[in-house]
Amino acid sequence: MAKIIVEVMLKPEILDPQGQAVASALPRLGFNFAKSVRQGKRFEIEVDGEPSMADIEKAAEVLLSNPVIENYTVRVEK
Amino acid sequence: MRIGVVTFPGSLDDRDAQRAVREAGGEAVALWHGDSSINNVDAVILPGGFSYGDYLRCGAISRFAPVMTDVIAKAKEGLPVLGICNGFQILCESHLLPGALTRNKDLHFICKDQELEIVNNKTLWTSDYQVGQHITIPLKNGEGSFQCDDNTLNMLESEGRIVARYVGENPNGSRNLIAGITNERGNIVGLMPHPEHAIEDLCGPGTDGLGFFTSILKAMVK
Repeated sequence: MAKIIVEVMLKPEILDPQGQAVASALPRLGFNFAKSVRQGKRFEIEVDGEPSMADIEKAAEVLLSNPVIENYTVRVEK
Repeated sequence: MRIGVVTFPGSLDDRDAQRAVREAGGEAVALWHGDSSINNVDAVILPGGFSYGDYLRCGAISRFAPVMTDVIAKAKEGLPVLGICNGFQILCESHLLPGALTRNKDLHFICKDQELEIVNNKTLWTSDYQVGQHITIPLKNGEGSFQCDDNTLNMLESEGRIVARYVGENPNGSRNLIAGITNERGNIVGLMPHPEHAIEDLCGPGTDGLGFFTSILKAMVK
């Protein structure tokens, strides 16, 4: 069964206070490698057969992301 | 004057919005998210709360509720619609209003009485206020930071489509202190703070919120 991976990230110009909070928590735990952190969402969609990529792109654009503030990427994992 | 108030699974402030409509002198009509039409009401309020648990993004799933098909189609034809808090988020997700509401800049859920300045009294929902008037109504949300790109912000500013701004310190990181906006036609208004919680002296910070409900009733009589 194939798996579709859709990753959604806030656009670079949109403030990400959750990512900032993670970035400031890391050094408190002794992890000093992070220059900045952006937090996003990952959707794993199991599919039967070969769904149309156009449909998946449409779903990512209409429901899984809000194009006003977010970008998405789609890939298929076999 | 029949004003519909939509209840989604997870709506919290639908009863208060209905009550505010009645206090202002209108008839409140309860609408259900699964309804296929808005039952010929004269205006619609999308109330605050956590519709569909705020899953995915606030308002993202509510936008596709059956009743929203009719709300969106009629709003585009001029039906007056007020979205309060979660309702504002739903209006943005529906693309009836530009921009989006994101996590408050300090990540905290805010619940406090908030002073606002009314910036535009030409909308169907704000005509009972004066431009420049300061009002105090509750602000209570976790995702109230209004964000949009620079072009949209310039458009909102130059077309006078900002309805209300926060006064004093920016509570949530909203661009240009935006608390509420309207569409080009002025029939659709989205507002983050809650006027329906400030309609009586007995509870809440006063009666400053009542004007949103008296405005629409007057607009519909004309």
